[in-house]
Amino acid sequence: MATAAKMTVTDEVAIQITAMNKWYGTFHVLRDINMTVSRGERIVVCGPSGSGKSTLIRCINRLEEHQQGQIIVDGTELTSDLKNIDKVRSEVGMVFQHFNLFPHLTILENLTLAPIWVRKVPKKDAEEVAMHFLKKVKIPEQAAKYPGQLSGGQQQRVAIARSLCMKPRIMLFDEPTSALDPEMIKEVLDTMIELAQEGMTMICVTHEMGFAQAVANRVIFMDQGQIVEQNEPKEFFNNPKSDRTKLFLSQILGH
Amino acid sequence: MADTAFVRDKMLAPQKAPSSEVGALRWMRENLFSGPLNTILTLAALYFVYVIVATIGPWLSRSVWNASTLQECRAIVEASFGEGKKGACFAVINERWQQIIFGFYPRDLYWRPTLTMVLMLVALGPVLFTWVPRKLLWFSFAFPAVAFWLLWGGTVWLPVAILLAFGVAYAAYRVLTPVNGLLGIVAAIIAPILYWLYLCAPLANVLETALPFGLRTLQSHEFGGFLLSSVIGVSGIAFSLPLGILLALGRQSDLFVVKTTCVAFIEGFRGVPLITLLFVASLLLNYFLPPGTEFDVILRVIIMVTIFSAAYMAEVVRGGLAALPRGQYEAADALGLDYWQAQRLIIMPQALKVSIPGIVGNFIGLFKDTTLVSFISLQDPLQLVASIRANQEWNGIYWELFIFVGLLFFAFCFPMSRYSMYLERKLKTDHR
Repeated sequence: MATAAKMTVTDEVAIQITAMNKWYGTFHVLRDINMTVSRGERIVVCGPSGSGKSTLIRCINRLEEHQQGQIIVDGTELTSDLKNIDKVRSEVGMVFQHFNLFPHLTILENLTLAPIWVRKVPKKDAEEVAMHFLKKVKIPEQAAKYPGQLSGGQQQRVAIARSLCMKPRIMLFDEPTSALDPEMIKEVLDTMIELAQEGMTMICVTHEMGFAQAVANRVIFMDQGQIVEQNEPKEFFNNPKSDRTKLFLSQILGH
Repeated sequence: MADTAFVRDKMLAPQKAPSSEVGALRWMRENLFSGPLNTILTLAALYFVYVIVATIGPWLSRSVWNASTLQECRAIVEASFGEGKKGACFAVINERWQQIIFGFYPRDLYWRPTLTMVLMLVALGPVLFTWVPRKLLWFSFAFPAVAFWLLWGGTVWLPVAILLAFGVAYAAYRVLTPVNGLLGIVAAIIAPILYWLYLCAPLANVLETALPFGLRTLQSHEFGGFLLSSVIGVSGIAFSLPLGILLALGRQSDLFVVKTTCVAFIEGFRGVPLITLLFVASLLLNYFLPPGTEFDVILRVIIMVTIFSAAYMAEVVRGGLAALPRGQYEAADALGLDYWQAQRLIIMPQALKVSIPGIVGNFIGLFKDTTLVSFISLQDPLQLVASIRANQEWNGIYWELFIFVGLLFFAFCFPMSRYSMYLERKLKTDHR
C-alpha cells in the first residue's frame, strides 16, 4: 500500500485485555486472553469457526459478558456498571455480519438516531454529519430509502457509516463481508481500507486474507478459545510457527 | 443449410385477443367455473345466496318504521301487503334507539355523551393519523379527564386535580433524579399515587368552594346501553395496550422479581374467565375494601376488563418481540442506546408493527366482551334489548333489535379492523 505511511501506530493503549476468561454455561469459550491494542493499530483476528474470535470482540463492547480477568477500553474498565458500559459503547463502533440496520427507519434516520439520542446532537447537525459519512461510503443518494431497498454491500456500507456517525475511537468488525455476494465484498473492503488509512483503531474478525495483508499490522490466530499465534502479516502468512496455524492457512489459502 | 437462415422482412402488428382471454368471460372461467367441482360449488353458493336474499329481502322491503306496538306493526304490514305477509318492524328502533344508545342517562343531558363522543374523535385524530397537528396530542392526553367530567358530571376541579398528578410526578422526577436515577423513577410513580390518595379530593374541594363550577352529577347506575359499552370498551382499549407492553417487557426482564410478577399476573388473569373477574369486581371487591369506601362499579369493571385484556395483550406483544432478530437489540446496544431508548426507538416500533393484527383483534374482542357486564346487572345494550322485549308493546320482537345492536357494534369494530390494515400498509418498509 502506497499510503501505508499515513497509518501510524502510537504508544497510547486503546484496549487492554488481561487474563480474561469466559464461559457459556459450563463451556469454556475464551481461555486466558491477554491482548493489548495500541491506538491506530489495525488487527485482524482469524481462526476456524467456533474458535471464539467473534465472542472476543463482542466482549470488548460488552455485548458478551466476561467472567474473569480485566478488559479496559479507552481507560474505562468494563464491569457490570451500566454507566461504564454505555460510555464504552458510545466510543466503540461495531459492524456486524448481518448489518443489523433498523428496517423501520430510513438510511438517514439509521445514521442520525444514536447521535441525536445518545450524544444529544441537534437533528440538523446530526444529519449533516450523516450525509458526510454517506458520501464517504459513496451512497449519499440512498439517504431517503429504507434498508430493505439496498443491496447487501450498500447496507454494510451504511452500517459502517452509522458507526462512524458516533465518531468512535475504535471500530470492531465482526465478519463484515461473510454475508455478502462476492462482487460486493470489494466495495465494503475498500471502505474499510480507507478507514484504516485514516488511522482508525480497528479490530476485524475476517477471513479476507487479502485485506489482512494489505492493512493489518498484526494478525491474531485463535483456536479453541485461545490466542494461538500472533504476528505481523508478512511473518504470519509466510512463516507460521504453530502447526495449527499452518493447517488453517493451508485450508483457507490452499485453493 | 440455406433454409435455416431467416430474416423477417415484414413485422406483425398485434392482434386482438380472443374473447376467451379477456374481460368478464375470462375472469368467470378462471374464478368460478375452472373445473367440475368448482362449477358445482359456484352454483350451490349462488343458490344459497338466492335463498337468503329471497327470505330476507321481502321481509326488509316490508319494513315498518312508524308504529307504537308490535301488533300495530303487523296490522300495517298485513294491510299493505296482504294477509299472512310478514315484515320487519323497525318502528321499535325508531321509538327506542335512544334508550339502546344512552341507557337511562337523563334525556335532557344527552348532549353530554354526544359531545364526549365528538371530542373523542378529535382526541383520536393525532393518535391515529400523522398528518393531524401534533399539538393536538395534548388534548388527547387530557381527554380521559374531560370525558370523565362530561359523562359523570360533578365539579370540574376534580378532573383538574387528577390531571395535576402528572405534574406532581414530573416534579418528583426532576427533583430526585439528580440525586439518584432510580429514586427519581420510583418517586415519579409513588408521588402521584400518594397525591391521588390524600391530596386530590381535598384540593378539588377547596377549589370548588373558591370557584364553584360543575355539571349535574350522575350516578353510574344511570349509565347504560351503547354508552356504557363504549365507556368500558374505549377505556379498556386505551389502558390495556400500555399495560400489556409493560407486562411483555417485564416478562422478558432479567430481574427475577419483575419477571416472576409479570408471569404470575399474565398467567393468572389469562387463566380465569372474564365473567369471574366481573363478578369479583361487582361483589367480592366490596368485601376487601374498607367499609364505607365508595368505589364506582363502572370503574371497577374498567379495571378488571383492562387487566384481563392486558394479560392477553402482553402475550401478543411478546410474540412481536420474539419475531425480532437478536441483531436489532445488539445494534441498539452497540450504538450506546440505553434500555428504554432501545425499546422506544428500535424494538417497540418493530415489535408492535408485527403485532398489529393481534393487538387489533384483541381490541375488537374486548369491545364485544363488554356485553358481558349484563351478568353483573349493568344495562348493556343486550340487557336493554331484553327489557324492551319484556315490555308488553314490543313483546315478541327480536330480529330488529338485535340487528340494530349488531350494527352498532359493527360500526365500531369494522373501522378498527380497516384502520389496522391501513396502518400495516403504511408501516410496511421492509420491502420483502
